[in-house]
Amino acid sequence: MICLHGHIVFSPSTGDKTLDGYQKKKYVCKLLFIFLLGHDIDFGHMEAVNLLSSNKYTEKQIGYLFISVLVGASSDLMKLVIQSIKNDLVSRNPIHINLALHCMANVGSKEMADYVGGDIPKLLTSGETIDSVKQSAGLTLLRLQRSSPEMIPLGEWTSRIIHLLNDQHMGVVTSATSLIEALVRKNPDEYKSCVSLAVSRLSRIVTASYTDLQDYTYYFVPAPWLSVKLLRLLQNYPPPEDPSVRTRLTECLETILNKAQEPPKSKKVQHSNAKNAVLFEAINLIIHMDSDPNLLVRACNQLGQFLQHKETNLRSHNYALISDAMWPMESWRLFKGQTERDVSVRQRAVDLLYAMCDRSNAEEIVGEMLEYLESADYSIREEMVLKVAILAEKYAVDYTWYVDVILNLIRIAGDYVSEEFQLLHSKYHLCSPNTRGLLLSTYIKFINLFPEIKTSIQEILGSDNNLRNPDVELQQRCIEYLQLSTVASPDVLATVLEEMPPFPERESSILAKLKKKKPTATAEGGEEKEKEPRTIPQAQVNNAEPSAPVPLQAVNNTAPAGNAGGAAIDLLGLDTAPAPAAPAASSGLGFLVDVFGDQPATNGVDDDALTAGAEENFKKFFCKQNGVLFENDLLQIGIKAEYRQNLARVGVFFGNKTTFQFTNFTSNLVLADSSKSALSVQPKAVDPVVDGGAQVQQLFNIECIDSFSDAPLLKISFSYSGQVQKLNLKLPVIISKFLEPAEMNSEAFFTRWKALSQPEQECQKIFKAQFPQDTEQVKQKVLGFGLSILQGIDPNPDNFVSSAILHTRNQQVGCLVRLEPNKQMQMYRLTIRSTKPEISKALGDLLETQF
Amino acid sequence: MQFMLLFSRQGKLRLQKWFSAYPDRVKKKTTRELITLVLQRKPKMCSFLEWKDLKIVYKRYASLYFCCAIENDDNELLTLEVIHRYVELLDKYFGSVCELDIIFNFEKAYFMLDEFLLGGEVQESSKKNVLKAIAAQDLLQEEETPQGFFEDHGLG
Repeated sequence: MICLHGHIVFSPSTGDKTLDGYQKKKYVCKLLFIFLLGHDIDFGHMEAVNLLSSNKYTEKQIGYLFISVLVGASSDLMKLVIQSIKNDLVSRNPIHINLALHCMANVGSKEMADYVGGDIPKLLTSGETIDSVKQSAGLTLLRLQRSSPEMIPLGEWTSRIIHLLNDQHMGVVTSATSLIEALVRKNPDEYKSCVSLAVSRLSRIVTASYTDLQDYTYYFVPAPWLSVKLLRLLQNYPPPEDPSVRTRLTECLETILNKAQEPPKSKKVQHSNAKNAVLFEAINLIIHMDSDPNLLVRACNQLGQFLQHKETNLRSHNYALISDAMWPMESWRLFKGQTERDVSVRQRAVDLLYAMCDRSNAEEIVGEMLEYLESADYSIREEMVLKVAILAEKYAVDYTWYVDVILNLIRIAGDYVSEEFQLLHSKYHLCSPNTRGLLLSTYIKFINLFPEIKTSIQEILGSDNNLRNPDVELQQRCIEYLQLSTVASPDVLATVLEEMPPFPERESSILAKLKKKKPTATAEGGEEKEKEPRTIPQAQVNNAEPSAPVPLQAVNNTAPAGNAGGAAIDLLGLDTAPAPAAPAASSGLGFLVDVFGDQPATNGVDDDALTAGAEENFKKFFCKQNGVLFENDLLQIGIKAEYRQNLARVGVFFGNKTTFQFTNFTSNLVLADSSKSALSVQPKAVDPVVDGGAQVQQLFNIECIDSFSDAPLLKISFSYSGQVQKLNLKLPVIISKFLEPAEMNSEAFFTRWKALSQPEQECQKIFKAQFPQDTEQVKQKVLGFGLSILQGIDPNPDNFVSSAILHTRNQQVGCLVRLEPNKQMQMYRLTIRSTKPEISKALGDLLETQF
Repeated sequence: MQFMLLFSRQGKLRLQKWFSAYPDRVKKKTTRELITLVLQRKPKMCSFLEWKDLKIVYKRYASLYFCCAIENDDNELLTLEVIHRYVELLDKYFGSVCELDIIFNFEKAYFMLDEFLLGGEVQESSKKNVLKAIAAQDLLQEEETPQGFFEDHGLG
């Protein structure tokens, strides 16, 4: 073998040309291997072609593989290949016929279609052909049709091809459906009779129980591939004319929609993917047929539900699917066409439209929404105005467009704007000079946004009170803003008053307002939120009664007798749940509020005690970086963290779930004494006021200096409705977050493993499994924890072998991990080795809690 | 489906299957571009991306990426399951398949793919039937094989 300019040139090792079949096969196989390793191979083709005429199956097979992978349709050798194919197609051995068919389907050249394509339809429809050959023949024909549509006349075969939909063998139907769909696209009329057959086939599948179809059931979904193919086939035709076929199809689609509502039969993502793939294709068909308003409404509702799906991955799939198909616009138009009575469905449609808006379709969607706004129901109008404003703000590429939209908005629903402005200004004289300054800046921005209140703003700016204000800052602002508003053209104004470039995670004030209107994502009845019971979180209960744990129920019971009277009884009536939750609505419960309000806000002993549930939630973050750290009725705390070597950037998000402000909001990170020298934390301050429905972010930049075992404590305190709330949570910044997975081969691994043989360098744990021992899940956890998964080291494939480097400022420590599940005993054995005993132990303690 | 690529986390192409005729130059360029594109993506990101006038559906299994290019109106959720079913087939056949199995038994990986997908469409979705076809091939191979072939071949 000679290496020449990166090309490998070599010849059969024997030197002469008399290779036997076996040697040729080996030679060709090696060439293939070299090609697949990424080298160019431009010889050996002849040897491969020779193999095709061998009567040994394996030699033939390798020959055909070489042709399929390496030889292009334009090769000079194609004539010889075609001759071999022709021979094999008439072979008595079906397995040889299949080889020839696969090769044709892989190369799929015009020449092939021309010379041998004519034999395929007969093979496909003959009663003597065995199923596996039929399957291959169907798709081979499809491939040849694609490369040279005119070559193979199918006229006489049409009816027999259509009837393959009735075949006993599901595999044959699967293959034939693809072929028929391709043929239908070219010639729908000729294949029209396939509709009723396809519908009855589909009907048999969707009504089958998942055991009926045996191996064609995929994760409890009956024949998803065939279903999708059939649904796509039907999208080539209008709704069936024959009423019975039509009814049957409607039933199929209804069944599919019904199944979507059923609880999943498996938690595996394969189940939901396959089920949703069928569902989406069904919805596609419903929208395509556009004939049954009932089905359309259900389809739209289903899409709406998907948009609120909890699992982001699926949701993003849905987004992709829906926006790809441009369904929102389609279904939206359908909605406009029919008179939908149900306001909540209309709301859904608007939600869908809003959710689907992106840069490419913003103009169209905003246009549609503005148009609809004029006739929209009053109950959804205000929200629609906000949505239009948000979309216009978010996707304003072109200022003319933006201004037009806002002008239109004001024309249609403008009364909101000026009223709100007057309301805001009525409080102006009560504000401190600093706030007034901010308000003035807000006003000048309003001129840009809402030109129709320009004159009222100019009046305010020009008033003596402002222009001659003793405060220099205010005076200067007024003069400058007034000048700006009179001198500048709208375009200049728009540029000058353009918003600041977005901060990360910034939230539009309008969006916050929208959230405030709808505190929870799931749409509930409009009045519900006004009286949602506000449970006092456990932490606060602790603070109130630390030493004498008087059951809250008892306090509640004494309250009405004391002084609150009827109002308190009412509240108890509302809160029938036996849980020790104290409903503390603002009025009528003076006594209870006093009881809690008068307690000292802090109490030395319990001050550092963790809030209930904090430990469990903390553990959930060992193998992931983002998620919800804490949630109660008042507050949701989310974490988003990024780690790079020994540095961490942890964003903590505080979401106020109520409609009221939190004041005196503080959030501090407290390090345990043992961690003080190991972690360096730079916190960013957080705003002391969190508005109702708003979310604020606090960022911590953390550097790991040395190894540590105690996670930092996040202490949060704020006032809500006059009561001090305190939370103590563990921030999931743990030593393992500074691990970086490392790859190594078996030799390196064992050398290192042996080198770390001192007993204190090893930490071994044997423990009972807390979760199902699903290999994939364990793997995800190992990877999420920051370890690599090394293949081919442990002979037992169930075991996990990993390595990683721990980065701290002072040192980098290599860690080796071995995790051995024992499924019979439902146990694990975990072994960790590293140069530092404390690190082995710390990692062992953390990992032990995860499986 | 237009084509299917298998490549490692290090960007090495392990298997390529083109269901339409592409010139070699285009194949190479496409492969390079897609490998870079997919490897750049973070684990939590969506498995679908738009690329030229095609959609790319990919999924990572251990150290291997399985990547399919489908037409715009194709069903990408189901394509994800095409990948999964192929992995299941490989796994069943090799018994806990790993990258090395596919490197050294590439021909089996190709034969299996031919039984499962043909011309870019699902030919046989039943795992049992595909494995039965491969078992039949293996039987023939055993009957025909002179001793030592497997070892020879396994060593490349």
